Amino acid sequence: MFYGTDLKSRLMLGTAQYPSPQVLREAIAASGAEVITVSLRREGSEGDAFREILRQSGCRILPNTAGCHSVREAVTTAQMARELFGTSWIKLEVIGHADTLQPDPFALVEAARILTEDGFDVFPYTTEDLIVGERLIEAGCRVLMPWGAPIGSGQGLRHRDALRTMRAHFPDVPLVIDAGIGAPSQAMAAMEMGFDAVLLNTAVAKALDPVGMARAFGAAVEAGRTAHDAGLMPCRDMATASTPVFGMAELA
Amino acid sequence: MRIDLNGASIETRARTLQDLIEEHGFADAAVATAVNGSFIPRTARGTATLSEGARVEVLSPMQGG
Repeated sequence: MFYGTDLKSRLMLGTAQYPSPQVLREAIAASGAEVITVSLRREGSEGDAFREILRQSGCRILPNTAGCHSVREAVTTAQMARELFGTSWIKLEVIGHADTLQPDPFALVEAARILTEDGFDVFPYTTEDLIVGERLIEAGCRVLMPWGAPIGSGQGLRHRDALRTMRAHFPDVPLVIDAGIGAPSQAMAAMEMGFDAVLLNTAVAKALDPVGMARAFGAAVEAGRTAHDAGLMPCRDMATASTPVFGMAELA
Repeated sequence: MRIDLNGASIETRARTLQDLIEEHGFADAAVATAVNGSFIPRTARGTATLSEGARVEVLSPMQGG
C-alpha cells in the first residue's frame, strides 16, 4: 500500500525532541509504529548511539529532508539519505514559509519529479490543495502527506472540510496526515475520516510521559481505523429516538 | 588548502574527499557526503578532488520528525 509495503500499524512516529534516548526507544515500542522518521545533520558525537536505537527498533526508516528550502537542497539531502539508510523512501519536505513551515508547492513538485525519476519512493509533505496533489501524482508520487496543521503546533485537523474533500478526490492514493496533530482524538478523527495513516512527533515527544502518550496514539489510530472500516453512521440535524416507541405504557 | 567542513573553515592536506574523511576520523560507512551542494556517493569519494574553498558536508543520521 505504501509503495508496495503493507503496514499493520497506521502510526508513523518521528524521533526528535525526546527527553532521552531511552525514552525514545520505549516510545517507539509502545506506539507500535513500524515506520519512524529520521533526518540528516552534520556528523556529531552522538551519531553512534542513535544509529543503534534505529537498528534495535526494527522499524522501517523514513528519512526526511526537513529544513530544506530549495529543490537542490532537498534533492541532495534525499540522495545522501538513500545511501546512508539504504532505502529509496524519502519524506520530501521543501519548506516555503518560515513561520508556518508551509511547504513550497512549486519546489515540492519539481523536487518530487527529479527524485521519482531517480528511483525514489517519495512521500511528499504537502497541503490539502487538490491541484498540487494531482501534480505530485503526475510527478510520480504514489503517496501524499497533507498537513493537519503547521508542524509542531498541535492544532489538529485545521482544515477538516478540505481534508475530507481531498480524501474523496484521491480515493485510491494512500494519504497520510503529517504534522500538526496534538492529541490522540485528532489522530483518531483523521483515521475515522479514512486517511491511511498519521505521522506525528511533537505530541508524543513533548508529552509529560512520552511512552504513555505513544501508547495512547497507537490505540487511537487503531480505533479510528477500525471505526472507519466498520462504517460510521451519518450525521442528522434532528434527534431520532433510539429506543422503540412501540409497547410504550400510557402513564400520562 | 583552506576548505569549509560542515560550516567551519579548516586547513587541510587532503587532496580528495576520501583523504579528508580519513584525516578527520569519520566512520566511512556511517556518513554521507556532499561537495559544493552536490551529493558524492561513497564509491566516488576517492576520485572527488577538493579545491580551494570547497564546501564539504559530512552528514549522519539524526533525530527527525
